[in-house]
Parts: sequence; structure tokens; C-alpha cells
Amino acid sequence: MVTTDLYNSLYVFILAAFIGFEVIRKVSPLLHTPLMSLTNALDAIAVVGAIILAGEHKSTLAAVLGTIAIVAATSNIVGGFIITDRMLKMFKSSRTQKP
Amino acid sequence: MIPATHIIELTYLIAVVLFVLSLKWLSSPATARHGVWAGEVGMLLAIVGTLFYRGIVDYKWIAIALVLGAIIGVPLGNVQMTAVPQRTALSHAFGALCVTLVGTAEFYLRAPNISRFMMSILSLEVILGGLTITGSLMAAGKLQEILPQRPITYKGQNFVNLGMLAIAVAIAVYLVLNPDAMHLYPVMVGIALVFGVMMIIPIGGADMPTVISLLNSYAGLSAAAMGFVLNSKLLIVAGSLDGASGFILSVNMSKAMNRSFTNVLFGAFGQVAPAVAGAVEARNVRSATPEEAASILSAANKVAIIPGYGMAVAQAQHKVRELYDALTKRGIDVKFGIHPVAGRMPGHMNVLLAEADIPYDKLLDMDDINGDLPQTDVALVIGANDVTNPAARTDPSSPIYGMPILDVDKARTVMVIKRSMSPGFAGIDNPLYYLDNTLMLFGDAKQFVNSIVRELTGTGGHG
Repeated sequence: MVTTDLYNSLYVFILAAFIGFEVIRKVSPLLHTPLMSLTNALDAIAVVGAIILAGEHKSTLAAVLGTIAIVAATSNIVGGFIITDRMLKMFKSSRTQKP
Repeated sequence: MIPATHIIELTYLIAVVLFVLSLKWLSSPATARHGVWAGEVGMLLAIVGTLFYRGIVDYKWIAIALVLGAIIGVPLGNVQMTAVPQRTALSHAFGALCVTLVGTAEFYLRAPNISRFMMSILSLEVILGGLTITGSLMAAGKLQEILPQRPITYKGQNFVNLGMLAIAVAIAVYLVLNPDAMHLYPVMVGIALVFGVMMIIPIGGADMPTVISLLNSYAGLSAAAMGFVLNSKLLIVAGSLDGASGFILSVNMSKAMNRSFTNVLFGAFGQVAPAVAGAVEARNVRSATPEEAASILSAANKVAIIPGYGMAVAQAQHKVRELYDALTKRGIDVKFGIHPVAGRMPGHMNVLLAEADIPYDKLLDMDDINGDLPQTDVALVIGANDVTNPAARTDPSSPIYGMPILDVDKARTVMVIKRSMSPGFAGIDNPLYYLDNTLMLFGDAKQFVNSIVRELTGTGGHG
């Protein structure tokens, strides 16, 4: 059972890494800063693990650490999406721009 | 009724698809904002799905933490564009903090009944997470100039750093074999935290693009490791996407500096190399006034502007936009040449110029502008130094020899706006300044560009 989980996880990891490389290689160098802030916001999906820890309340330590972890991750989600959108809004082509 | 576990798994599955689409849409500025939208929807779905988890007995602290996080996140999302590098470093620290705290909680919930494989992955998670927390905080401090930007080096530094990492790994191995030695866990995390600080101490400002990318990659990998620990495919995917992105950017940055990762982390590039400093002889430098610069620019057909970190420091990007407008109005073709490591993080210059409303199709990367430069009448260098240094092509004894550069010296006329003749961040003399076709424009980038604009438009200007 444990080994099946492990191999499932490894398959997911390897395939996701390949997809990541292929998709991200195509991102224009123009957008490398927004790329970093966006992947950072997506990475904060770790919040789901923190939510379960804080909610399950299996021990006081786990609940406290989980709660702090939710705060840290949520600030990345909110801040990361806001700043990425602000940056992307600024990129305009000379064709679409007013003369 | 569909059981809650199915609902949760379905929301996670949709979130994974949206995350991949989100990055795919980022490939072009035209679709990039859909990418943010997809990411937001995926994130919201996953969080709402998680709240259906049966095991949750108490929602109070979850709600408080989510609100508090959002309150902290809003100002972090609204920093000035010039502060984006330090904000990014700070967000790597927060991401790693979340992962390390969750890993620590899982350790104390499970130990000593923890399988060897699980303990290995958990150790990887918290060591990478720990060093990313303090390393990113140090990087943010240096970028915000709270900490000295110059690299600090001492004898035996690499030995001390590698030794610390080796001890942390050795403790991890011991914990894998003897999970009941729980008192060693905090020691391992503590060493990882100290290592993060020591790792960034010798890093100079010019190396920040590479270091931020590396820390990005570590944050992603530690999140993927957390996915293994929690058996969460969603986390593994998000973590490996982030890890892959950081890795690709690190490789790009290292290539753009012709250096290896180890050289960036253990090289302490920023010190002035004494042998190079001693070799400088008195050579002729030609300088020009704003009036002369303006008349040369107005006689040109093709102009290439090369921005660097100095433009960001002087906050000159809006004045540069006025210069762009003034030249374009006269029918002059103006393009921008951007080196991958210009500024303090990947893509830094593009964001600042986009903020100043310069159309993105005028922003060319190194390979594209280098094809154009020999046919360019004027290359105007604003606050960039090492990335234009022809010694990287010609002088095998130069510390930056082999680094790909912007070939501005091939333009008919080169103009360099610079405060003084002092060497750049890496302390390397730049032969570009002594070429016959180079004119030095001494002064503050913002004021000098403003004076040129005033000459070109014939108006009084405003500030």
C-alpha cells in the first residue's frame, strides 16, 4: 500500500516536472518576473496541507504550526496573484496602444 | 450523495489542470492575464474543496488565519514595481515557511512511527525549506538595502558552509535510521536555517537574479517533497511546476553570466579583483553634454537603448519613456536591448519599462538586439555596465571572459550615461568607455535623460 502510494507520487512528480519544463520553456523572457510571482502564488497551494493540520487539531503544536502556515501561504496567494496581474496589465503592444 | 472525498479529489484535479493552463497562457503577453485568472480559480476551488475535508473539527483558526494572510497579502501585492525583487524574495521565504512548519508538525505527529522513506523525504522538505526561509530573508534584506549589498567573505567560508550542510544531512540520515532520536530534529532544522544565512552572506547584488531563481527552485522542490509526505498529488504538481520554473530561470541566468551554480554560490564574485584593478592605465575618455547627445540622437535612424540596474536605482524609466516618445515622433526607430541578468531578478527591466508604458514589442532580448546592433546608429547605455563589457569577448584574463554580452561597441556611436568612471558592481574595468566611438555622458541617469528630452522637444520640460 505504502509502496503503491510512493510510486504513484513518483509518476506524478516526474510527469509534472516534464510538463513544467515544456510549458515554462515557452514563456517569453519578457515575462520572467511575472512568471516567478505567479509560480510562487501557485506554490502556495501548500495551504491545503496547512488547513488540514489546523482543522484536524490532532495536537496543539500541529494546530499552531498549521495556523501560522496558513497565514504565510495565504499572504503569498493573495499578494502573488495581485502583483502578477498588476504587472501583466502593464504589458501593452504598440499595435493596441493609443498613438 | 457524492462522498466528500470525491468532491475534494475532483476540485484538486480541476485545480491541477487550471495550474498547468495558467502557466501555458503565460507564454504570450496577449493571453497572460487569462493565466492569472486560471490560477485564481484553481486555487479557490482547491481551498474550498479542502474545507469539505471530514477530519476538520474546528474552522475558527482556519478562518482567522485565512483572513490574516489576506490582510498581509494585499500590501505585498501592491508594492512599487521597483520593489518587486525584494517582494519576490520575501514571498519565497513565506512559501518555504509554510512548508517547513507543516513538515515539522507532521514529524511530531508521526515520529517515531515513521517509515525510512517518509523520514528521508520529510528531511529533504525541511532542510530545503529551512535554508530557503533564511536565505530568502537575507536576499530580501540585501535587495531592500537593510543589509550591506557587498558580498562578505572570510577565509574558509566555503569549508564552513559545506561543513554545515554536511552536518544537517548527516543528522537527517541518522534520523532516518533512528526515528526515535527526536531531540535531533530541531538541531537539523536549526542548522538548515543558519546555513541559509551563511549561504547568502557572500552573494553580491549582481548575482541576485541567479540566487533568487535558485531559491525559487528550492521553495518549489520543498513543496513537492511536502506533497510526497502528505500523499497529495495536487501539491506534488504545483511544487514541481514551481521547481521546474525556478530551475529553468537559474540555468538561464547562469548561462547569461557564463558561470556554474557552484561558482555563483561559492564564487563571491563581487569583490574587486586586485590584479585587474592594478592593470588600469590612464586612457582617453571622450565626454559629451546633453546638447551634443541630443543632436547625435536626432541625426540617427536607429537607436538602441540598453537599460541596467542603474536605471532602476535612478528611477529613470519614465524619463526614458519621454525620450522614446521624442525620438519616435521624429521617425527614429527606437528599440531596447535587455540582457537576461540586467537588474536584480529575471525580467526586472521588462517590468520597469512596461510600467513606463513602453510597448513590449520594442523590448528585445540579447540575441535579437545583437543582430541589430551593427546596423544601429546610436546605442545608448543607461545604468548598465558589465553586460556591455567587450572584454568578455576579447580578453581571456578578464573575470567575465566568455559571458555573453550586448555588443553595443558594434554600433556606430555608443553613449554611456554614468555617474563617474568608477568600475561597476563586479569591480571590473570596462574598455567600452575608452573606444573611439564611445561618448561618456556623466551625470544622474534621470536628470541626464531629462536634459536630452528637453533639447529634443525644445520645451522647458517639467522636472
